[in-house]
Amino acid sequence: MSNPDYLLSMQGICKSFGAIQANNNVDLNLSEGDILGLLGENGAGKTTLMNILFGTYQADEGKIMIQGRQITIHSTADALGFGIGMVHQHFHLVHRHTVLENLLVGEPGRMGRLDFSGARRRLLEIGEQFGLTLNPDARVSELTIGEQQRLEIIKALFGDSKILILDEPTAVLTPNESTGLFEALRALAEGGLGIIFISHKLHEVRNVTNRVLVMRAGSVSALVEDTKEVTESDLARLMCGHELNPPKKNTSKLGDTFLSLSAIKTGGSTPQKLKGINLSVQGGEILGIAGVSGNGQKELADVIAGVLSHTEGTIEVKGEIISKASPRLMQKLKIGRIPEDRMTTGLVTSLPLYVSMVLPWIRRSIFSRFGILRKNEILSFTSKMIKRFTIQATGPEVKTGTLSGGNLQKVLLARELAFEPEVLLASQPTRGLDVAAAEFVHRQFLSLREKGAAIILISEDLEELFALSDRIVVMYEGRIAGETKINDASVEDIGLLMAGATFGA
Amino acid sequence: MAFRLELREKTPIWFNIVLPLSAVMATLLLCSGLVALAGANVFHAYSELFLSAVSSRFNLVETFVKAAPLIFTGLAVAVAFRAKFWNIGAEGQLLAGAMAAAYIGGIESLPSFSLVPLMIIASALAGAGWAMLPAILRTRFKVDDVVTTLLLNFVMFYVMTALLDGPWKDPLSGYPDSPDIRMDAEFPILLHATRLHLGVLLSLLAAPMVWWFIRRTTLGFSISVVGENPSASAYAGISITRILIYTALISGSLAGLAGAGEVGGLHFQVMSGISPGYGYTGIVIAMLARLNPIGVVLAALFFAVVVTGAEAMSRATGVPVYLADVIQGTALVTMLIAQLFTTYRIRTLTTQG
Amino acid sequence: MEEIISQIFQVGFFAAIIRIATPFVFATIGELFAERSGVLNLGIEGIMMFGAMTGFSTAYFTSSLWLGILAAMLTGMLMAALMGFLTVSLGLSQHVSGIGITMLSTGFAFFFYRLIFGQPSTLPNIKAFTPVGIPVLKDIPWIGPVLFEQTTLTYLAFAVVPLAAFLLYKTPWGLNLRTVGENPHAADSAGVSVSAMRYQGLIISGALMGIAGAFLVMVQFNAFTFGVISGRGWICIALVVFGQWGPWKSAAGALLFAMIDALQLRLQASSIIDLPYQVFLMMPFVLTIVTMMLVSRNARAPSALLIPFRKEER
Repeated sequence: MSNPDYLLSMQGICKSFGAIQANNNVDLNLSEGDILGLLGENGAGKTTLMNILFGTYQADEGKIMIQGRQITIHSTADALGFGIGMVHQHFHLVHRHTVLENLLVGEPGRMGRLDFSGARRRLLEIGEQFGLTLNPDARVSELTIGEQQRLEIIKALFGDSKILILDEPTAVLTPNESTGLFEALRALAEGGLGIIFISHKLHEVRNVTNRVLVMRAGSVSALVEDTKEVTESDLARLMCGHELNPPKKNTSKLGDTFLSLSAIKTGGSTPQKLKGINLSVQGGEILGIAGVSGNGQKELADVIAGVLSHTEGTIEVKGEIISKASPRLMQKLKIGRIPEDRMTTGLVTSLPLYVSMVLPWIRRSIFSRFGILRKNEILSFTSKMIKRFTIQATGPEVKTGTLSGGNLQKVLLARELAFEPEVLLASQPTRGLDVAAAEFVHRQFLSLREKGAAIILISEDLEELFALSDRIVVMYEGRIAGETKINDASVEDIGLLMAGATFGA
Repeated sequence: MAFRLELREKTPIWFNIVLPLSAVMATLLLCSGLVALAGANVFHAYSELFLSAVSSRFNLVETFVKAAPLIFTGLAVAVAFRAKFWNIGAEGQLLAGAMAAAYIGGIESLPSFSLVPLMIIASALAGAGWAMLPAILRTRFKVDDVVTTLLLNFVMFYVMTALLDGPWKDPLSGYPDSPDIRMDAEFPILLHATRLHLGVLLSLLAAPMVWWFIRRTTLGFSISVVGENPSASAYAGISITRILIYTALISGSLAGLAGAGEVGGLHFQVMSGISPGYGYTGIVIAMLARLNPIGVVLAALFFAVVVTGAEAMSRATGVPVYLADVIQGTALVTMLIAQLFTTYRIRTLTTQG
Repeated sequence: MEEIISQIFQVGFFAAIIRIATPFVFATIGELFAERSGVLNLGIEGIMMFGAMTGFSTAYFTSSLWLGILAAMLTGMLMAALMGFLTVSLGLSQHVSGIGITMLSTGFAFFFYRLIFGQPSTLPNIKAFTPVGIPVLKDIPWIGPVLFEQTTLTYLAFAVVPLAAFLLYKTPWGLNLRTVGENPHAADSAGVSVSAMRYQGLIISGALMGIAGAFLVMVQFNAFTFGVISGRGWICIALVVFGQWGPWKSAAGALLFAMIDALQLRLQASSIIDLPYQVFLMMPFVLTIVTMMLVSRNARAPSALLIPFRKEER
C-alpha cells in the first residue's frame, strides 16, 4: 500500500469537531516536483487537512508518511522538523521586525546569539537558487504585500522545507503578482520540492498545478492525475457537485444620483490612504469596486459610513452636501453598510443575537423611547428577521457568536435591509461563505437593486463583481484607476488596472 | 478520551448562583489550609468568621451597615467593567465623596433640611468628577485606565491626609480627624437602637436601579455593547468616547455615594482610615456577582461578613485578621476561573474503536 | 534660590538617586520582559510586596541577606507562574487577573507576616545591606561616591539593563519572546511555543519584581512595613510605557523618576518650601500621570499585548 516514492503520503485521515466531520477518510499523495492543487469550497475540509499536516490539529484516524516512513506530528515544531513549510493565507510575519529577524524566529542561534550573518548568506543562496530576493534589513511594514508573501515562502525554504503548503496564496495579490508567484512555484518544483496549492479559484488551479485533489464536504470527491486533461467547468462540477450558475440579472431603471463623492482625500496625522476619489452612484445600479486589498477600499467605505472623516473634498447625499459626516447621520440618510469584517466591526458576538440585530437602530422610536428600551418590540423584531431571512438560530436570545458564518452574514443583511436603505455599502459580502449562502446574498442585492436602491459592492472576487455589477471601478493606491461599464469590461483590463496600469497604457 | 471547549449558546440563569457559590466554596477550602497553618481548628475559625455576623439581631443589622459601602463600590465597578472601563479607582472616588459630604455637612450657613440631600449630591458629584479624569485621559490621551485609576487613588489619599493634617485637623485633640459634621447633617437612623442609617437604604435601592438602568435603557445597552465590541459600536453610530465618559460618571458617583454613607451615617467625620480598601473589595464583589447589580448586594453582604467576622475570628482563634485579604484575593482568582464555564462548556469526546 | 540649589545638589543627593532607582530598575525591567511577551503583569505591586515580606523573613531568621533575596525571587516566580496560569493557560483577562494576583499576594504578605511576627511592640528589623565600594573607581572624585559606593544589589540592577538588552535583541530566545509579543501566530508557525515563552517572560518578571521588593526592606529600610511598596509597582508599569518598551529607555525613566523622588525627599526635609509633606508624597504619582499623558498617544506597545493566544482559533 505505501509507496516509498512518494514524498508525502496521507492515508485515511479522519477528523471531526463535535458533530461536524471535517475530514472523512482523506488520502493525499505528493511526489517530488509535484504541484498538487487542493481544490474545494470553504468548509470542504482543505484547511483542516493542511492543519493536520502542519501539526495544528491531530487527526482522529489515519497515518502520515514522509518518504515511506510513518511519522506522527504533534506540533508545528514537529512539522517543521519533517520539512513541512506552510504559507498561511494571513501572513505570519512581525511587522516591526526586519526580514532577517523574521527569518530567524524559531531558529537556533550560533553560540547563543542570533546568527544574522548566516541568515544573510542563506537569504542570498535562496535568491540565487530560486530567484526570490528581498532586502534583508527592510522592515516588514515597508514591504509590499507581494514581497511579504515572498518572505513567507523564503521562510519556509529557510527551514529546509521539502514540502510547501500555500493556503489561498493569490487572495491578496494582483494578477501580475500572481503570475510572478506561479513562476516561482514552478522553479521550486523543478528544484525538487513538493507543493500543495490550496485554492478555490479554478483558473489558477488549472494554470499552475499538474495534479488536482478535489474535496467536497470533508471527503475527496475526485483526483485528477493530469490537470491538462480537465477544463475549468469540469473542476467546478467536481468541486460543487453542480455547474456554477450565476444569478440572473434583470434590467433595472436608473434613478437619481443618491451619493456622490468628489476629490475625497483622507490624511492629516494618519498616512494618506485616499488621494482624491471621485465617485457617484445612482438608484437602481450596482457599482462594483475592484482592487487588491489595501488600496484604500476600507478607507473609502469608512468615509461613506461616516466612521472616518475626510480632510478634503465633498460628499453629497441626494444633492445635499454633508459637511460633518458621522455614522449616525449616514444611517439617518439611509446609507446601510455591511462591513468587511463582520465579527469585529459588525456584530457583538458575545451578546445575544437581538443586540446585534438592533445595534444601529436602538435609538429608533420603535426600539426605545426617552432612553428606555422596548424589549418586547426588540425581541419580536429579531424573531421576525430570523424567519424572514431563514437564519439558523434557536431564538433572539441566543449568543450571536454561536451562529455559523453564513448565518452571521444573514444577520447583517437583515439588519441593514430592515429599514430599506437607499444606498447599501457592502464590503467583501460573500468572503468565507459557502455557495448557497453567497447566492442568497447575491439574490438579496439584486432584489434591492430592482427596488431602486443603489449598491456599492467592494469585492476582491472578480467573478462576483462581473456577475452583479452594472459598472466597475478599480481602486489603486487611493485613487480610482479606471471605470468601465460591465458590458465593455474584460477581466484582463480590470487586472491591469488593479496592478497599477493607467488607461491607455 | 479528549476534552474540548465549546462556545455556549446561552448561559443558564442558575449559573449566576452556582458559579459564585462554587468559587466561594473553593476559596474557603483553599484558605482552610492557611487557617490550619495558623494552628487553629478550621471549623472553629470559620464558624467564628461567619456566625458572629448572624448571631444576633444587632450583628445582623451591622452586617448590612458594613455592606452599604461595599454595595456602592461593587456597583461602581460592575458598571465600569461592563464597558471595559477598568475603574480600579473606586477607592479614591469614595474618599472624594466622603470629603465632599464632610465639607457640606459642616457648613453652618446651610438650612438644616438641605444638608442630607446636599451631602448625597455633593458626594456623587465629587466621585464622578474624580472618575472623569481617568476617562478623559483614556479617551483623549490613550492612557491606560488601570494605571491612572490606581495612581489617582494614591493622589486622593494624600489630598485627604494633607487636609486632615492641615486645615481639617481637630484643634482640640490634635488628631488627624476632620471636625464632626453638624447634628442636622447626620443621616437619619431607620431602626431604633441600631446603626441602620439612610445610606444603607440608599445602597439597597441603588442595586435594582442600576440593574434596570443596564437592562432597560439605551445608555445601559450602549455601555454593554461598547464593552463587548467597541468597533462594532462605532460603526453603529455609538460614540465610544461619550459612552466611556458617561460610564465613568455613573461609576464614580456610585463610589462617591459610598463615602457619603460612611460620613453621614457612621463616622460623622473623615479620618485617614475611613476606607479600609472598600474600593478594592468592590472589584472582587463585582466579579463575584458577574457584574450583575443584584448579585452585587449578595456578594457585598458576604464580604461584609468576612471583613467584620475576621476580627472576631482573630480574637477567638489567633488566626491573623488578614485572612480576610487572602480570601478576597483567592475569591477573585477562583471566580475568574469559574467564569470560563459561562462562555465555554467542556465536551468530553470519546473516540470509537 | 542659590541656597536651595547648593543644599540639594550634593554628592549625597546623586548617590541617593542611584539607590532609589535600584528597585525601580529591577521591577521595570521585570515588567518589560512580561510585556514584551504579550502579558501585562499587573500583579507587580503585590508581587513586590510578597517578595519584600518573604525576603525580609528569610533574612531575619537565617541572618543571610542573600538567602532573603533568593526567597524573594522564588516568591515572585511562583506568583508570576500563577499569573501565567490565569492569563496564558486559561486566557483570562490580563487586567483582572493582575489585580487578582496583586490582591492575593498582598493578602499573603500581610497574613504570613502577622502569623510569623505577631504584633510586636517594636518592629523586627535586620541588618541591612551596606555599600560596597569598588576599589580605585570609588576614589574618582564626585563620580566615585555617587556610582561606586553602592550596595551589590545596585550594581546588579545596573547590570540587569544591558543583560536584558542583550537577551532581547541579540539572542534567539529574545527574538522568540519579542515575536510572541508581536504576532504569536508567527512564532507558533515557526515552531516556537507561545505559552512557554509567555510563562518564561512572566517568571523572569516575577523574579525581578521579587528582588525589587526585597531591596526595599534590605537596603532602603531595614524592616517590613505594610506600606513598604505603596504604589511603586504601579509606577513601574508607567515607566515601561515611558521607556517605549526598551530596556535602556525604561531604565533611564527609572533614573529620572528616582531623581524626582529624591528631590521631593530633600525638599520635604529642607523646609525651604512650606507645603504639607503630602504634596511631596503625591508628586511622583501626579508626575507619572502627566508623563503617561504625554507619551501614551504615540506609544507603540507590543501588538499582542493583552490578547490571549488560542491556537485553534481560525
